[in-house]
Amino acid sequence: MTENIQLNSEGKLKHFLSIEGLNKTLLTEILDIADSFIGMNDQQIKKVPLLRGKTIVNLFFENSTRTRTTFELAAKRLSADVLSMSIATSSTSKGESLLDTIRNLEAMFVDMFVVRHAISGAAHFIAQHTSPHISVINAGDGQHAHPTQAMLDMFTIRQVKPDFSNLRVAIIGDILHSRVARSQIQALNILGAAEVRVIAPKTLLPSHVESLEVNVSHDLTSGLKDIDVIIMLRLQKERMTSALLPSESEYFKCFGLTEAKLKIAKPDAIVMHPGPINRGVEIDSKVADGPQSVILKQVSNGIAIRMAIMAMAMQKQGAVG
Amino acid sequence: MLDINDLLNTLEAELKRVIVERGLVDPLMIGIRTGGVWVAEQLHQRLGIRDELALLDISFYRDDFSQIGVNPNVKPSQLPQDIKGRDIILIDDVFYTGRTIRAALNEIFDYGRPSQVVLAVLIERDGKEIPLCPDCVGTSIKLNAGQRIKLTGPSPLSIHLQTLDAVA
Repeated sequence: MTENIQLNSEGKLKHFLSIEGLNKTLLTEILDIADSFIGMNDQQIKKVPLLRGKTIVNLFFENSTRTRTTFELAAKRLSADVLSMSIATSSTSKGESLLDTIRNLEAMFVDMFVVRHAISGAAHFIAQHTSPHISVINAGDGQHAHPTQAMLDMFTIRQVKPDFSNLRVAIIGDILHSRVARSQIQALNILGAAEVRVIAPKTLLPSHVESLEVNVSHDLTSGLKDIDVIIMLRLQKERMTSALLPSESEYFKCFGLTEAKLKIAKPDAIVMHPGPINRGVEIDSKVADGPQSVILKQVSNGIAIRMAIMAMAMQKQGAVG
Repeated sequence: MLDINDLLNTLEAELKRVIVERGLVDPLMIGIRTGGVWVAEQLHQRLGIRDELALLDISFYRDDFSQIGVNPNVKPSQLPQDIKGRDIILIDDVFYTGRTIRAALNEIFDYGRPSQVVLAVLIERDGKEIPLCPDCVGTSIKLNAGQRIKLTGPSPLSIHLQTLDAVA
């Protein structure tokens, strides 16, 4: 991957495809700008004119509720015109190629694509082939990356625990299939977290997991010790092609977050989950809805962080990247 | 050179006159970041405004976004949730092209429909580009080409006349 496709000639954000290749200054800038968009919630008219007259197409080749709706809301709050297309209603089901779909949309004077696709690298591919004035945001590609989710998670963490350098963060569960986990690990390392620990059964870890700069544990009880931030991942049943687990109830017993297990982490630890939640599979309802959970805060923060990223990617459209 | 206290005294007197003339009731004072807030802090105290000083960051409302992008130092605006029907005193340090005030008014109106807005600035300089003008000024000046005026603060608050060559 040419790392700089994401940045224009002046080092500013042009496409947002992956956390990889971005530096701490840029990630911090995204978080700072998102902070100011949070303040907008006090406005009676929750809109700013930044992207007035711009057209954004949400191109979702894979199902999504939270991500698509928060991207749509974020675009609307920036005053952009938004079109949300999902695969079921598009002509790709009639055999049109991805590039033809893009070319057709470009002919409608689109300024930005927000892309979710089941194939890793799809957003990157579109960014490489689209017209130079168009920005591309990755809303999740295969098992590769989900960078806006990672940034809204960093934003949520920073709201409660402002100094990353003191933080021990545990990411628990299905790391193998999780594009969210990959992006989170990269973001936490770039922002300088003290430790990123992944806790999962061996069958749900990628083979090269140590190379991601994480500590690995296969035991939830010992693994949660000294942890400040707990990130639970969804058990991605739809992506499991072989028998990776004995059963869901067995998984819950070993890796499900219960109130008792939560007590092992630091007393002020926060609990996060990118959603959708499988209650009783990876997390107990009492924890998901409990006082240490910031899960719904993550959803609200998704709007502000996506506004920040879209606004930043749309600035200086004329500059060639 | 311009004396900051003289200007503040003049602006205070001007504002007191306009508050009576326009019949402002229990006005809300809003300072535009950054210099406008410094000036507003002084006037807020001098005029004994009841409500806490409100702060406005116009970064998301600027008309030059496509040229300069998002200001990475943007801070959240701090305005009361309901400004509908309020009398507002809007404060900035320097009135120049008028574009900042246009952006500020657009943002204020997204918080609600005020009853009236009075604009007070410490210094009005030449170079206006849109049909807006302040209601109260500390002073009005003409600058030579390449000159600009800059406020530093918050304490001490002082005014600097710069020529662009020297700045660069």
